[in-house]
Amino acid sequence: MADRPLRIVIAKAGLDGHDRGAKVIARALRDAGMEVIYTGLFQTPEQIVQTAIQEDADGIGLSILSGAHMTLFPLVVEQLRGQDAADIVFFGGGTIPAEDAKRLKELGVREIFTPGAPLQEIIDFVERECGKRRALVG
Amino acid sequence: MDLLREFERQNPRALARAISLAEAGRGADLVRALYPRTGRAVTVGLTGPPGVGKSTLASALVREARARGKSVGVVSVDPSSPFSRGALLGDRIRLAEHFTDESVFIRSMASRGHLGGLAGATADAVLLMDAFGYDLVLIETVGVGQSEIAIAELAQTTIVALQPGSGDSIQVLKAGIMEIADVFVVNKSDHPMADQLRREIRSMMEMLHWTGWVPELVSTQALEGRGVDELVAAIERHVAYLNETGEIERRRRDAFSHQVRQLALGRLEERLDRALRAQPDDELDPYGAADRVVSQLWGE
Repeated sequence: MADRPLRIVIAKAGLDGHDRGAKVIARALRDAGMEVIYTGLFQTPEQIVQTAIQEDADGIGLSILSGAHMTLFPLVVEQLRGQDAADIVFFGGGTIPAEDAKRLKELGVREIFTPGAPLQEIIDFVERECGKRRALVG
Repeated sequence: MDLLREFERQNPRALARAISLAEAGRGADLVRALYPRTGRAVTVGLTGPPGVGKSTLASALVREARARGKSVGVVSVDPSSPFSRGALLGDRIRLAEHFTDESVFIRSMASRGHLGGLAGATADAVLLMDAFGYDLVLIETVGVGQSEIAIAELAQTTIVALQPGSGDSIQVLKAGIMEIADVFVVNKSDHPMADQLRREIRSMMEMLHWTGWVPELVSTQALEGRGVDELVAAIERHVAYLNETGEIERRRRDAFSHQVRQLALGRLEERLDRALRAQPDDELDPYGAADRVVSQLWGE
């Protein structure tokens, strides 16, 4: 559906005030032609999922640098399922060890980007995966 | 998903999807079906320059409305990039305390090239929130300059927010957004220059001859919630005035004709663009070329 831009929620969760990375991603997605809804800091998983629902978002990108990723990512997945919103592409980024990333992807996080991931790789992923979702839901 | 049925079952995802369809220019059938259910919500517009505190004021107004047991829809418009078509929609940050309140629905909209301070589908979003059953619909414009006044056509009550220290006394005399306020808000009223701004707005208002509603002037410090109860009282007085004088009907008609005009203009513009692309590349002067394309359109 090229008649409207992709809409992506970029979020920061929990007690984590480091939002430079989230802002860089938000800006990159904006410049790639997407509408980025930035939630601000200290959001709960429930707040993030409600935002994505009301904004009719195609994807959610969650940045976690606090070490709480094994708690917060699964809670968002659970919320998405509980709200019948698992079609929304959920991806994340942060300082996340490889074995944790693997586990999170098994739990339903679609992709985890770690420090050093090229911006273009993230943009390509979002365009591809959220584009697929858009083709399904219209 | 059967959108209309889900909408009727108060599924917020249906409202969210309906607004997306309207944004993509595919909302006509839905708006048509739901239109008979509109006209119940109070619609309040909030406009002013970037950084004046519109989102913070919106959040404070939502809090007051919720304390009075009213459900609230918020439409917040931010600009789209003219280059990438992308946008960064950041108005939600100030509204975070309301994200999980089931009686509050917040939608960020990108202007998508639309001028005037609103997005092309803002009017549809307001109708849809009204039909969904929200008691109050708040519309926050993009941060405006001096001449973006579309909000006054759409909202029943228009709040113009201003901040101290941003220009001399001539600024408040200028035409444009200073003329559309039903309520003026001087936000950041703890600023040392707030008194001066209040005096300037008052003296500007004294120069004019008013018939009917005289705009009210309220001071707020929205971050701390100071003055917000007075702002709500001013809005309520304006709404009461509209209802008592029957002007509410005139405002509804204005909003209706405004939207009709926008929709019709959009269609005419598409035809004009098509005709312009098909024009021969000769050396006609601009007036001659305009006459030619318009006469072709009439004949189409």
